[in-house]
Amino acid sequence: MSLTTHVPAISWRRRVTDHAMTGVAVITVLLVLLPLFAIFAYLVYKGIGSINIAFLTQTPKPVGEPGGGMANAIAGSMVILFIASALGVPLGIGAGVFLSEYGRNRYGDIVRFVSDVLNGVPSIVIGIVAYGLVVMRQKHFSALAGGVALAIMMIPTIARTTEQMLLLVPQAIREAAYGLGVSRWRTTLSITLRTATSGVITGVMLAFARVAGETAPLLFTAFGNQFWNWKPEQPTAALSLQIFTYAISPFDEWHRQAWAGALVLIVLIVSAVAAVRIAVRRGTLAGA
Amino acid sequence: MSNQALPRPRYNAPEPERGPKAALKIEARTAPLLQGKVSEMPDVAFGWAMRLCGVAIVALLGLIVYQLVVGSQLSWHAFGWKFFGQSDWNPVEDHYGALPFIYGTLVSSLLALVIAVPLSIGVAVFITEMCPISLRGILSFTTELLAAIPSVVYGLWAIFVLVPLIRQYAEPFLAQTLGWTGLFTGPPYGIGMLAAGVILAIMVIPIISSITREVLTVVPQHQREAVLALGATRWEMIRMGVLRNARAGIVGAIILGLGRALGETMAVTMVIGNRPEIAKSLFAPGYTMASVIANEFTEATGDLYLSALIEIGLALFFVTIVVNALARLMVWSVTRGQPARSVA
Repeated sequence: MSLTTHVPAISWRRRVTDHAMTGVAVITVLLVLLPLFAIFAYLVYKGIGSINIAFLTQTPKPVGEPGGGMANAIAGSMVILFIASALGVPLGIGAGVFLSEYGRNRYGDIVRFVSDVLNGVPSIVIGIVAYGLVVMRQKHFSALAGGVALAIMMIPTIARTTEQMLLLVPQAIREAAYGLGVSRWRTTLSITLRTATSGVITGVMLAFARVAGETAPLLFTAFGNQFWNWKPEQPTAALSLQIFTYAISPFDEWHRQAWAGALVLIVLIVSAVAAVRIAVRRGTLAGA
Repeated sequence: MSNQALPRPRYNAPEPERGPKAALKIEARTAPLLQGKVSEMPDVAFGWAMRLCGVAIVALLGLIVYQLVVGSQLSWHAFGWKFFGQSDWNPVEDHYGALPFIYGTLVSSLLALVIAVPLSIGVAVFITEMCPISLRGILSFTTELLAAIPSVVYGLWAIFVLVPLIRQYAEPFLAQTLGWTGLFTGPPYGIGMLAAGVILAIMVIPIISSITREVLTVVPQHQREAVLALGATRWEMIRMGVLRNARAGIVGAIILGLGRALGETMAVTMVIGNRPEIAKSLFAPGYTMASVIANEFTEATGDLYLSALIEIGLALFFVTIVVNALARLMVWSVTRGQPARSVA
């Protein structure tokens, strides 16, 4: 007598449901990928024709005059992002070090929770705060105010990724350093942080990419400017602001420039992130 | 990665000295360690500097609350709770009610969730349970790429591509088939609540699907195997073994998506039409809390006007904080204390 038991066949209805649900899942994937490809295709298609030397070297022309560009906005974005990074990166990494090396307790939990909460604060609200902090005191809009707003947005992201990267460093490496008589601060800086460098930099780039395209908090902090400006205490143009202004304008010429600006913005973000990734992978920045 | 910290071999190190001189040197080097005279000052200072950075984050939150509360005092004293119940927004007569904006924010976000939730769960299920492993990395990378596109670029695309499509095809079709519900009536402008909901949906899909994916991968493998061993088909396994176990986490992911949708500003501002009215039809233009701040903050001439806008910001801040805290707790309950990935 054979020992095989009778396995009931799967009914056609269950079989059809199974296949149908697989089909539904595939369709959802296609539906989600569609806008992604549509956006990139449109960006390249509309943007590439409008990018020329003038676009990259000139300031905006008055309405009605053809030509002009966004050179001042590209420069302004860089100034604002530089200020934001200078303020946000050290503080964020410091907070990350605190969370992983000193914050394995109740106080650390509070900071962890608060930084997760900060991460969810709408960017426009952060703009209001930077307005109150900087613009109201200075009495006018400035690149500094924009930088402060973006820095506030960078800090929680950097803190949490830095913490996670430092926690990946094995405890034994720290102990080895202590065993050699190296002090704690030296161990943290030269051993723990150094080991996690590439991860920490990736976190910083993530935060950078996130704020690089931000528009809402710059509306009433950096404000925008039609001319060149290198002074951090003056209203400054930003690429994202310029795209917004041009996109909602009624002029075809400005629409073209908005597409070109969007393409430049995406290329800048992607290449900044890619450059750092490659540098980290090659070990130039990892220092090993 | 871990051996990056190990010191490099020093190829051009000088020849070690021999003889009694060398012995003397070693003694001199170890002496301070043995005597324990190393100052603890730098260690203490460094520790407190790092703690200061941690405190700074908490202080930052305090600062945000302080700025918003102080800024909105004027409006709070003028209108009290009625501010949130009145639909009259009139800068000329200096009278402000936030109801149309609250309504617009809620409706556009809920509409976005209605569209985004089934799609994101479908994508997450496909990536974790169905697709070949070779496709997995590419697909999750591509969906996360959606999260890297700046809001203003979404808005630009929505104005020139999405809105015409909605005006020409989606709205006439919806009016014909679902016009009787009253939700899809009126002239098809293209710009309006529907367009805002669709673009928001596209923007929250990467968040909901990436966190759902994380929650699904945490479901223990033996749950799947147990259901399969009972003779279930793959879909039945996903439904009974995976989705049911991950329910709380998926709800958390959805609420996180909601938090993002509530505070989203630029793309919505560019397509919602910016008219402070409450209309039943989704074709009609609306206004959201975030977009009224974006549009009118720099133009707010009177102190009360500015204060009313800041009060809207305060309300938005509190709502998103409550929503986010709730979502974090729900995701935590599934991934068991491992921190959820930051929403970037």
